[in-house]
Amino acid sequence: MQETLHQEIHHYPTAKLSVEHVYKDFATSNGIVHALEDVSITISEGEFVCFVGPSGCGKSTLLNIIAGLDRPDSGVALIDGTPISGPGRDRMVMFQEHALFPWLDVIGNVMFGLKQKPNLTDKERLEVAKYYLYLVKMDRFAHANIHELSGGMRQRVALARSLAPNPKILLMDEPFSALDAMTREQLYGDIQDIWAKRRKTIVFVTHNVREAVCLGSRVVLFSPHPGRVREAFPVELPRPRNINDHDLADLSQRITSALKGYTAAESD
Amino acid sequence: MKRVLLSCAFFVTLLLLWAACTGCFGGEALWSPFVLPPPPTVGHYLWDNTLNGAIPLSMLITLRRLLIGYAIGLALGVPLGMLTARFRFLHDTLGMTALGLQALPSVCWVPLACIWFGQTEAALLFVVIMGTLWSVLLSTENGMKSVPPIYARAARTMGSSPLHTLVFVTLPASAPFVLSGMKQGWAFAWRSLMAAEIYVSVVSGFGIGQHLHYGRELQRMYQVIGIMFIIILVGLLADKILFSPAERWLHRRWGTDKD
Repeated sequence: MQETLHQEIHHYPTAKLSVEHVYKDFATSNGIVHALEDVSITISEGEFVCFVGPSGCGKSTLLNIIAGLDRPDSGVALIDGTPISGPGRDRMVMFQEHALFPWLDVIGNVMFGLKQKPNLTDKERLEVAKYYLYLVKMDRFAHANIHELSGGMRQRVALARSLAPNPKILLMDEPFSALDAMTREQLYGDIQDIWAKRRKTIVFVTHNVREAVCLGSRVVLFSPHPGRVREAFPVELPRPRNINDHDLADLSQRITSALKGYTAAESD
Repeated sequence: MKRVLLSCAFFVTLLLLWAACTGCFGGEALWSPFVLPPPPTVGHYLWDNTLNGAIPLSMLITLRRLLIGYAIGLALGVPLGMLTARFRFLHDTLGMTALGLQALPSVCWVPLACIWFGQTEAALLFVVIMGTLWSVLLSTENGMKSVPPIYARAARTMGSSPLHTLVFVTLPASAPFVLSGMKQGWAFAWRSLMAAEIYVSVVSGFGIGQHLHYGRELQRMYQVIGIMFIIILVGLLADKILFSPAERWLHRRWGTDKD
């Protein structure tokens, strides 16, 4: 048993993602919205990519397509060369609102995804769950109820829940947008630490440019109506990064002006 | 503690008032004991009939009917509610039927039940099921529909199949609604059974409701009142023993307690 457990925890799967010429429209009461128009991106193994853009630029739609929750109208999303046809254990999603289950306690939530994973005994699953709770510094709260936790603690549990099945890719949809600044800064440190430890491919969606620069090894800029990829900025600042760092602020400033340029050009 | 004392004092006052009106403390009774028997007469009736086993035996018969009918009502109502929540076609047909029949007091089924099943246990069970089924079905459907869609999406990304999601996500997520439906269903089942037992005499067992019926036939109002107390007691105990612990657990988990 020790051996499977060891293998399960000290195994660092990662994957390459590519999106090729993806189009996606939504019908709304105000007519058709072109959420994505001819979007192509390649994300290499173990890369931490941030999608940034104003609301309506299709960044969350693209994340949902990669997650397999939505299908593109045309074009393909591939994981290690295989087309994505639905949700899968190789990709876990961490949502904007805490999508934790209130009828389960903290460890029960972390166990939920693990229980779907074959080839593990329940005892091993419990050990794995405990390891990830420890990784997000929530091991002391294993048996707490969800409503007893603060917003930051809830998102830590949500992070543990999506890490626990050991996916190749972690998809994060504005996970920190509802948190206060102090809590967020702590989580920026933790998520960089976890990325370094677990070596996953991470796709992180946000509308906060600074957050993107702080976390990502590449920042991909989206613009709305129709949703398009405009530009990509590699971020080569040393880690761990502090969001209040001077160089980081400079780069954020450059990206923000680029973003404003695209938004202004579009409204002309 | 103060609240407990206050409510005890209230009920003791009511009892004393009843005793005074029926002449227990000397003086003329306001009404004839045939119309309103004094508390000791009711007490004697309950005491004697508990000791000689008549009330416990009827209680057993009645509770057996109640539990079987209620269990069948739940076993049908919860899955059907899940189906009507899931499929629009079933919502428009079965869901509508449930909505209509829920408005019908289940005692209205008694004449038909007697014709269809005769004066049998089945007739009583049928009335109880008709009382339980629809409200359980409707609250299950309502509960399922109020589950935030994000839960099902999250479960899907973690590799949960549609059936697994239904059983392990949607059903527990709607537990607060389903529980309140079960509670309402229980109250309806109890009312239906009492109505049915008062109307229908069944040779296979003499239930609590039938005691009340014969109390009326024999003009023994002390028996009628005594049985009414027992009916209230069963209702209260079911609430305290069956539902309160479950509700408390749910409130603790969901963080919805008011205190």
